[in-house]
Amino acid sequence: MFSGFMVNAWLIGTIVAVVAGIVGFFVVLRGAAFPAHAIPNGAFAGAAGANLIGLNPLIGLGVFSLGAALGIGRLARRGRADAVTALALVMMLALGAAFLSQSTEYEPEIFSLLFGEILGVSRGQLVPVAVLALVCVVAIGVLYRRLLLTSIAPEVAAAVGLNPARIETMFLVVIACATTMTVPVVGALLIFTLMIGPPAAARSFTDRTALALWSSVAIALVTVWVALACSYQTNWPVGFFVSVVSAAFFVAGRVYAWWRHSRATTDRAPLVA
Amino acid sequence: MSWIVEPGFFSNGPVHVALIVGAVSAVVSAVVGVVVVVRGQAFAGHALTDVATTGGSASFYYGVAPVIGFLAAGVLGAGAMDLIGVQRLRGRDLATGIVLSVATGLAALFLYLDATRSATTGATQQILFGSIFTLDSSTIPLVAAMSAVTLGVIAVIYRPLLMSSLSAELAAARGIALRAVGLAFMLALAIAVGLSSIAIGSILSTALLIGPAATALRVTRRLRGAFVVAVALGVGATWLGVLLAYNSYYWFPSSQGLPVSFFIVALVFLAYLVSGSSTLRRLLRPRREVTV
Repeated sequence: MFSGFMVNAWLIGTIVAVVAGIVGFFVVLRGAAFPAHAIPNGAFAGAAGANLIGLNPLIGLGVFSLGAALGIGRLARRGRADAVTALALVMMLALGAAFLSQSTEYEPEIFSLLFGEILGVSRGQLVPVAVLALVCVVAIGVLYRRLLLTSIAPEVAAAVGLNPARIETMFLVVIACATTMTVPVVGALLIFTLMIGPPAAARSFTDRTALALWSSVAIALVTVWVALACSYQTNWPVGFFVSVVSAAFFVAGRVYAWWRHSRATTDRAPLVA
Repeated sequence: MSWIVEPGFFSNGPVHVALIVGAVSAVVSAVVGVVVVVRGQAFAGHALTDVATTGGSASFYYGVAPVIGFLAAGVLGAGAMDLIGVQRLRGRDLATGIVLSVATGLAALFLYLDATRSATTGATQQILFGSIFTLDSSTIPLVAAMSAVTLGVIAVIYRPLLMSSLSAELAAARGIALRAVGLAFMLALAIAVGLSSIAIGSILSTALLIGPAATALRVTRRLRGAFVVAVALGVGATWLGVLLAYNSYYWFPSSQGLPVSFFIVALVFLAYLVSGSSTLRRLLRPRREVTV
């Protein structure tokens, strides 16, 4: 379980979990679940297109996810953000369907682009993923205060002269970067799960920002490790276990938040009476 | 003539089915879509297509009719979203996201099981992308019946639905049960989306739900007008898309046509972009003279 090809899987799973935990924290905080679904899912079309003309799929993924981020950011200024995101997503998926119809790609390739093939990662894939992961984490570090301010206190952000639309576009570009690095290894659908489940659970466990950010990373790591171990044992897809484990964390977080809330209200009840 | 309509278009069976089912789906999607866009539930509307396709992949595995899988998963997904908190604006996208990620995880499992158990190729692609040209004409009555149910539900809850969508406070003050109306709408949405994703594929389902409605709401202020414009745009894009896809078989020497979903989505997307151009806006909605 810890030898040969599994070493690469553990390494890459760990990198992906850290990035998803950090980026996902802001996805949940900003209510950006839809773009976080649309960008990786649509970017898969880029990989199909790159395959068709014989380019490295990573280039296609990069171009499409960046295009999606900038396009959604631009169009959302003059329209409803959710409708624009939906339209951008279906346009990319339709292009993907068109690319696939022209290529002789066989089905397992599509499956792996959507659901990932983390167990088939080669050593050569580690370097680009690690570099892009570093870029994402540094970008979040640079944008940290601005992202927090525009999501938690938009009035304050406006008062200090931050442009929320520009910050949003920059954040979408970070999602695009995280997407490019993760889709080939963990798949378009799995990265979305990792960016939603663990951070949402972390936010239920604590109200403090920094603590929630670190617990989000911790939960993402545990989720990926457990999923890898289960997948190794059962041969079932990693994505299935990632979604089950992160959903379990989310439910646990909700139950904990509910329990804390009800305890707080019963504690306070005598004071009111 | 032949460069507009390639030979055999009007006498082709699959084309007839595609035109009919496409138009029915487009009408229902456009009507439901206007409400979806006004309520800001585009993410839920899209996520339900993915949830429904999970049901599709499960029904492949258990050997149940796919329609049942699509509809059951859609309705279950809508219920789960409501339970987690679709009604609160802030938690809504998160609830949708959680349900969506669980559904995609299950889809990964079922597609894997489908692929390992049977040698049927094309299941993944069929379930994920669907194809309007491979429809069986026996699905028409079912699609029509379920569409009628959806439109019926919308008609019954029309007034409270619109009021609660436009102003929740006002609706609550008038004694409208917001939660019940919201849940009824989510179920109608789930049925509409589940049906259209099995009939025309999940990509087209979202495109026809959101595209015509968002475009219509940009070119007209009145809600009734928006319904009419959305239906016209949806049906128009669908029929033109089917025609172009049919013709595209003759475009390439390999006679490998482009998928119909590509054309319809491109037309819908183009319409949205054009509707945002300032020239068109000025023509359709002349700025009122400011009188002091």
